[in-house]
Amino acid sequence: MIQLRHLLATADLDRASAVEVLDTAATMAATQARQIKKLPPLRGRTVVNLFFEDSTRTRISFETAAKRLSADVINFSPKGSSVSKGESLKDTVLTLGAMGTDAIVVRHAASGAPHRIAHSGWTNAAVVNAGDGTHEHPTQALLDAYTIRHHLAGGTGDLAGLSVVIVGDVLHSRVARSNVRLLETLGANVTLVAPPTLLPVGVETWPCAVSYDLDQAIDQIKPDALMMLRVQHERMSAAGGGYFPSPAEYQREYGLDVPRLGRLADAAIVLHPGPMNRGLEITSAAADGVRSVIVEQVANGVAVRMAVLYLALTGKEER
Amino acid sequence: MTSPPPGTAGTTVLTSEDMHRALRRIAHEILEQCHGAEDLVLLGIPTRGATLAKRLAEILGEIEPAFNPEQRCGQLDVTLYRDDLRRLAPRTLGSTALPKAGIDDATVILVDDVLYSGRTVRAALDALGDYGRPRTVRLAVLVDRGHRELPIRADHVGKNLPTSRTERVTVRLQEVDGMDDVAIAPAEGSRQ
Repeated sequence: MIQLRHLLATADLDRASAVEVLDTAATMAATQARQIKKLPPLRGRTVVNLFFEDSTRTRISFETAAKRLSADVINFSPKGSSVSKGESLKDTVLTLGAMGTDAIVVRHAASGAPHRIAHSGWTNAAVVNAGDGTHEHPTQALLDAYTIRHHLAGGTGDLAGLSVVIVGDVLHSRVARSNVRLLETLGANVTLVAPPTLLPVGVETWPCAVSYDLDQAIDQIKPDALMMLRVQHERMSAAGGGYFPSPAEYQREYGLDVPRLGRLADAAIVLHPGPMNRGLEITSAAADGVRSVIVEQVANGVAVRMAVLYLALTGKEER
Repeated sequence: MTSPPPGTAGTTVLTSEDMHRALRRIAHEILEQCHGAEDLVLLGIPTRGATLAKRLAEILGEIEPAFNPEQRCGQLDVTLYRDDLRRLAPRTLGSTALPKAGIDDATVILVDDVLYSGRTVRAALDALGDYGRPRTVRLAVLVDRGHRELPIRADHVGKNLPTSRTERVTVRLQEVDGMDDVAIAPAEGSRQ
């Protein structure tokens, strides 16, 4: 059984350990069907949610996961804290350490902030990356893999042979980066589909195929899972920031509408990490349709985060 | 829970036939002391306790035709309730499967292979409380090797086996290990 010292990137997981995390999540999910959902393994441990960026589902999901495992949870947001007075990341983390924190769940606008916290000797706590800049969002990728595995691989083992197409704003997407790595590790074939302007420099070195044409990708690859990414307005300037001519054109070329939905294979599923821009990258018909597993992704997120916290906070202390 | 490498068992203390006789006796004891099989639910603690619970349920079904082994037997994983999660490497979680009717007001028989410190049973009692409220909880074990660290005792014991703490007791079952026997070896190391 693996012990996670930290979870900073999906690249840190090999296939066996990724499968172990998903198996642990499956057991956690089974316990969440009971009337009493609380489990005791993290009793007396403290988990801090250190969210420098806004988030609803990820923060609540981590909070729920930690509480279901009986940990104490402290939520931190920079608004109303000393960060607004100019406190540095280091001092914030040192302060948390002085209060006896066992795990820090970090979301930060700067890529690499969780890595800095984990490896600068500021804290002994386990660090879980909950999204850093445009770098990684490993628990999102794990819950996506869990959802895909649940629907298309019988809920066990890896994802060997499945094809996954990830569509949209790859440039700004930590979800895409984490998913490409993890899905490839688990044996899936990943294809990114995006306009050239929304693909990062160096994408050709990633372990995946790249296409500019969604219709072609749907017809030729016949994906088992189609993952729509959010167009991240907040990381662009006004009017799409010149990444695409207009929202209408983006929607026409890369949005998941009813005709495209109809051309998917019968068993294919549609994922979206949320929050959705309905009418832009995904139409309501697709978001609420029978293929959509978007709400399920949120439920699976709690189980996956329970598994990650369990694997990071139990086991021999070396801290 | 033992996971012995095959072929390293020491002195055999229970053969396959001994084991079967012990389970039959336990089945009769359970029926006698519980006044029949009504409301009886067998819950094995993975891995080998779950296998033993299945066998015990089948024997009970043979003796009492009204007892349906499939509907009255399940398994209860106690990993998340253990008190040594921070002392050993992270443990793989087993699965829990309770009978559909649940355990409320049932007579639950917890089944495990070896009773040693009693800590696994303590964890199982805590876990049970989160699944329901049985009327009675009883404990059946194949081997009681002594050295309790908690005030816990078994109601039904296949064999009382006086051991020293350094000895190792290994239970092997056909379904899990490909053969049936209980052996005791002087080896040190992994605690039961």
